[in-house]
Amino acid sequence: MMRRPLAAIAGAALLLVPGIAHAHLLNTGLGPVYDGISHLFLSVEDLLPVAAMALLAGLNGPVAGRRALFALPAAWLAGGFAGYLVAVAILPTGITALSLLVLGILTAADRRIRPAIVTALAAALGLLHGWLNGAAIATAGREAMELIGIAGAILVVAALVSALVVSLRLSWARIAVRVAGSWIAATGLLLLGWTLSGRL
Amino acid sequence: MKSDIARHALHPRLVWLTAAFLALPAWAHEQQGQAAGFVSGLQHPLSGLDHVLAMVAVGLWGAQLGAPAIWLLPVTFPLVMACGGFLGLVGVPLPGVEIAIAASAMLLGAMVAAQLRPPLWLAAVAVAFFAVFHGHAHGTELPSGQSGLLYSVGFVAATGCLHATGIAIGLIHRWPQGRIALRAAGAAVAAAGVVFLWGALA
Repeated sequence: MMRRPLAAIAGAALLLVPGIAHAHLLNTGLGPVYDGISHLFLSVEDLLPVAAMALLAGLNGPVAGRRALFALPAAWLAGGFAGYLVAVAILPTGITALSLLVLGILTAADRRIRPAIVTALAAALGLLHGWLNGAAIATAGREAMELIGIAGAILVVAALVSALVVSLRLSWARIAVRVAGSWIAATGLLLLGWTLSGRL
Repeated sequence: MKSDIARHALHPRLVWLTAAFLALPAWAHEQQGQAAGFVSGLQHPLSGLDHVLAMVAVGLWGAQLGAPAIWLLPVTFPLVMACGGFLGLVGVPLPGVEIAIAASAMLLGAMVAAQLRPPLWLAAVAVAFFAVFHGHAHGTELPSGQSGLLYSVGFVAATGCLHATGIAIGLIHRWPQGRIALRAAGAAVAAAGVVFLWGALA
């Protein structure tokens, strides 16, 4: 007879125990590197800025594209490890909105930007978003190796997108990239509104 | 005997409850509401005929005006529409939103019907003016529990696709019969705008 109340109490206790909230981190079961790769492709707040950066780098030619290709994942990794060590997300959460807004407007405007500035933008984007990723990984008590997966996935996405844009020769194709930039900027502006309104 | 039955009956329930309630929280916080947010954003511009007609009319007008308006108007509209959405989100009120949306369908349709060719800056300013009202009305209606980012992506993409539809239809402008059909389509949009305006003022 004693077992039933004990079992009921144990059952009630199980209902009250919260599960682990991984925030935006994934658990593929294949290890931290694959978790990191999956994180990028399933986190639009990181994937969209990476795609925007690659579009902008591609629009500015092969030199800018090549430099951004290596600066972005390297900075993401550096920012990520720094964020992992500090384990505090000291950056505002609206950083994604600002990234989308700035990169989207620059892509839509299609003004020639010097490769050094494109590289600096890629490094800044990588450091900011990498820091947030690293801090989230550390806060969740997960392995820093996830950052390797994230950076590797960024390298592949940036290479494919920027190479595609660099190869565009038709004028309408370039306009399509600019339209994509305006969509990204519009998304960033709306996201900034959501963030400021506190409704996210 | 009774306690044995009760005990045996209790165990499967406990196992079931444990499994059910342990599994959900472990995944509940991962990207929750993301797909729903995107679909909501994608559907929202399509939910109002006034918005749909105005967006398509922007594309029709752009195609009728030709380059560079054909791409400048669709590039301008989402950005300024997002400005309107931003104003709505931070709590800046905008008077006469429904009237302005109805008027946008009426005037943009009339432009296409009359085949008017104003200076490019004037066309861009007119489209941008109306875009603010469309963004204010539609960009802020995120259902609770869904992702604001994905909602925004879906909303902007759907609006852009409506422009692209208008541009695709407007390409019939290249043929003489197509020009007449395009002007007739503009007149139909303008007539619908009058009906919407009547409804907004009533």
